Amino acid sequence: MANFTLSINGKKQQVDVDPSTPLLWVLRDHLNLVGAKYGCGVAQCGSCTVHLEGVAVRSCMLPISVVGNQSITTIEGLSEKGDHPVQKAWLEHDVAQCGYCQTGQIMNAAAFLKANPNPSDEEIEAAMSGNICRCGTYVRIKAVIKTAAAG
Amino acid sequence: MAIVKTTYNRRSFLKTTALAGGGMMLGFSWLAGCQPASEEALEMPKEWFEINSFLKIGENGVVTILSPNPEFGQNVKTAMPMIVAEELDVDWKQVIVEQAPFNTDLYTRQFTGGSQGIRQGWQGLRMAGATARQLLREAAAQAWQAPVEEITTEAGVLYHKNSGKSAGYGEMASAAAGLPVPEEVQLKDVKDFRIIGQSRKNVDGLKIVTGQPLFGVDYRRDGMLIAMISHPPAFGMKLKSVDDSAARNMPGIKDIFTIKTYEEEYERNAFDTNTFPELVAIVGNTTWEVMNAKKALRIEWEPFSDYTETVNSWGGKQSVRIPAGLENTSGHIAKMAEMAAKPGNVLRKDGDPEAAFKNAAKVIERTYTAPFLAHNCMEPMNFFAHVTADKAELAGPLQAPEFIEQTLSARLGMPLEKIDIHMTRMGGGFGRRAYSHHMVEAAVISQKVNAPVKLLYTREDDMTFGIYRPAYHATYRAALDADNNLIAYQVKAGGIPESPLGRGAANRFPAGAVDNYLAEEWAIASNITIGAFRAPRSNFIGGAEQSFLDEVAEAAGKDPIEFRLDLLKRAQNNPVGENNDYDPARYAGVLELAREKSGWGQEQPNIHRGVAAYFCHNSYVAHVLDLTIEKGKPRIERACCAIDCGIVINPDAAANMAEGAIVDGIGNAFFGAMTFKEGVPEKNNFNNYRMIRIGEAPKAIDVHFVQNDIDPTGMGEPPFPPIFGAVANALYKVTGRRSYDQPFLGDKQVLG
Ligand code: FES
Ligand code: FES
Repeated sequence: MANFTLSINGKKQQVDVDPSTPLLWVLRDHLNLVGAKYGCGVAQCGSCTVHLEGVAVRSCMLPISVVGNQSITTIEGLSEKGDHPVQKAWLEHDVAQCGYCQTGQIMNAAAFLKANPNPSDEEIEAAMSGNICRCGTYVRIKAVIKTAAAG
Repeated sequence: MAIVKTTYNRRSFLKTTALAGGGMMLGFSWLAGCQPASEEALEMPKEWFEINSFLKIGENGVVTILSPNPEFGQNVKTAMPMIVAEELDVDWKQVIVEQAPFNTDLYTRQFTGGSQGIRQGWQGLRMAGATARQLLREAAAQAWQAPVEEITTEAGVLYHKNSGKSAGYGEMASAAAGLPVPEEVQLKDVKDFRIIGQSRKNVDGLKIVTGQPLFGVDYRRDGMLIAMISHPPAFGMKLKSVDDSAARNMPGIKDIFTIKTYEEEYERNAFDTNTFPELVAIVGNTTWEVMNAKKALRIEWEPFSDYTETVNSWGGKQSVRIPAGLENTSGHIAKMAEMAAKPGNVLRKDGDPEAAFKNAAKVIERTYTAPFLAHNCMEPMNFFAHVTADKAELAGPLQAPEFIEQTLSARLGMPLEKIDIHMTRMGGGFGRRAYSHHMVEAAVISQKVNAPVKLLYTREDDMTFGIYRPAYHATYRAALDADNNLIAYQVKAGGIPESPLGRGAANRFPAGAVDNYLAEEWAIASNITIGAFRAPRSNFIGGAEQSFLDEVAEAAGKDPIEFRLDLLKRAQNNPVGENNDYDPARYAGVLELAREKSGWGQEQPNIHRGVAAYFCHNSYVAHVLDLTIEKGKPRIERACCAIDCGIVINPDAAANMAEGAIVDGIGNAFFGAMTFKEGVPEKNNFNNYRMIRIGEAPKAIDVHFVQNDIDPTGMGEPPFPPIFGAVANALYKVTGRRSYDQPFLGDKQVLG
């Protein structure tokens, strides 16, 4: 076990965990931030996506020991009232079916749009290809990203 | 205006009570919609009268429905309040749906599956809304001393025009609760609907996009421990011994032990699928610690011998033999071909197929196969359980609590009234969560460690646990006469371990449209367990049949849509045989709508089109897919879908469901497969089980609904089966080769 001071959603948080613990389980088990989901544990589905210094990362394979004092943003900290442009566009297009993959999709889309505010269809597909939606909401996800980019 | 009776033979579908804090509660039967059209109908089953849902109107005017149906993405949580709001005449935003706790005393038939939610709730929800409105009008009439006919309503407010009086529903709710339930109430005409048919956003949308705890995996309780299981790595194997010496002393580990999901000699029901009777349970403080200890276990497994289980299923008690052995996909394929060569069990025969084939000018014979599929719900199997000496509390994702509650009661030796099951939102179901062995496992583990426990399957545990969509095989034969008329049609189909022609599929199109028809089935026993998967059986036979008809149409020199429509005309005007399980006019309707909306017949360069249609789960669907080749890979440019599911409650949400089914179908048609080697599932996570991703989904999907006034039917499953046929038919146009064996692409990347 070891002590880590993390910067999560603008707040400092202390945890005492094994250094190999992936960020995903620190968030879910120790900090009660359950917006990031477990889907595969092997960086293949994107359900666990959070931002590390503004960049989308798969938290299921990111050991807490390498996070250091880099700032972490989870879906709970993406906006105060769920009014981030991507979240707003998400609601406008009523994307969700079961909803399980959606927070990971939103976090990935938000980081992507920040880096590329005017993406082509091909760029959207490439950037979002790591996020599986078992319910098949892909057509809407693409539409949302275009709406959010335009707005 | 339709009038419905709220009673039948002096028994009522509804019951009012005053709410303790003011307001009214109206209990109603979710299944009242099953009532027969005429009084002469057979005696009605008792459960149609059981009050299994509640509508509450608070003094503040807020209307709450307690829904017995769990939500897994089909969006009934939005559609159901829309139906109530329509008849009650309130702003639908004043209606909220709460998930009813599972309680067999109050709610019966809590089940999500078979695309039945809206179909079964329709009449009951309307009746409840209309009755509550009528009671409120009567309460207002008494309070204002005015004739009830003069009381009107609008958006949750009662009005009496002559006296100028008005009152919100909340103000009259307590008085309304004291009035007798009217024996009959008026329902609105479809043309007067103002909410039904207008798209409304998902009521849980904000919670979903902000990551609120909604799912079973998010459940948490003070002092809660985390549990995982280890199951045999292969079908055909069982536990031999566990060496936990390394794992036991790892940090955070509380206990490691073996569990039996069911007691020996337990008589299973159809949903108690018992893939691996004995498991190793690992319990500890946190997920990561338990995962690590699980990896450190040294477990020996051994092959089991044949055994027999008693299953108490719909058809009564059955003895099921589970064969020993470590099965291989290559062996499955060979065995299926062997079975297909022998005569099958005849399900339906019209005319004299043998003679017709003998006299045919042309005979076409083709064979189709499909592999096992894993459901791969995005949220892996999990459940919370807290079992103490005098009660059991459970929370998690499940589709069919009614079945598993009995199982749990038997397993814990605890009466039903001490068991409380809370149904959480499900991160996907697709049939998989109708089998809730994981709930029983969580309870048994909690009982053993005497603490609240959340059991979580890793993705690997989830994907390799069985309960798959069966592997299937179908051989079709068609006979054409010299004028290219279809004179005979045969299907012989089977699977491991069940045939795809069961439960009436042999009576579907083109049965009824061909003079000489034969349907036969067979099955092969296996120790690989199977379960319902989005549109069970239809998900294979629908696509296979539609691929075959495409080929027959081509051989007959006819346009594939025209060919089907001609057959449907025959089935409509002069049907062959009895028990034909489809309405030819509605079936033709979706084909015609898809033809019109897709611009069928207007060829475009580099666009290759495939069409398919199917009827199952009470709804009709036709798809036209436009396929192109991009960088050597097939891509659906546009999917055009026509659906007849009667009245559409929430069109945009219904379209979303259809889009999902289309994407799911394309993904499974291209890539979906679970294969086995020496009993071991060859895929165990998303790095080797190929799932459809965003760049493989259609670029555009348009969904069109047939407009009619028919009571609504299911949406979750019907758009799924025909996609497989549409994909195969479109691929043929590009490659010139027919696709017979799913998955059509597999690991093959480039097409010729
Ligand atoms: S859980 Fe991290 S990518 Fe799947
Ligand atoms: S909405 Fe269900 S997995 Fe994406």
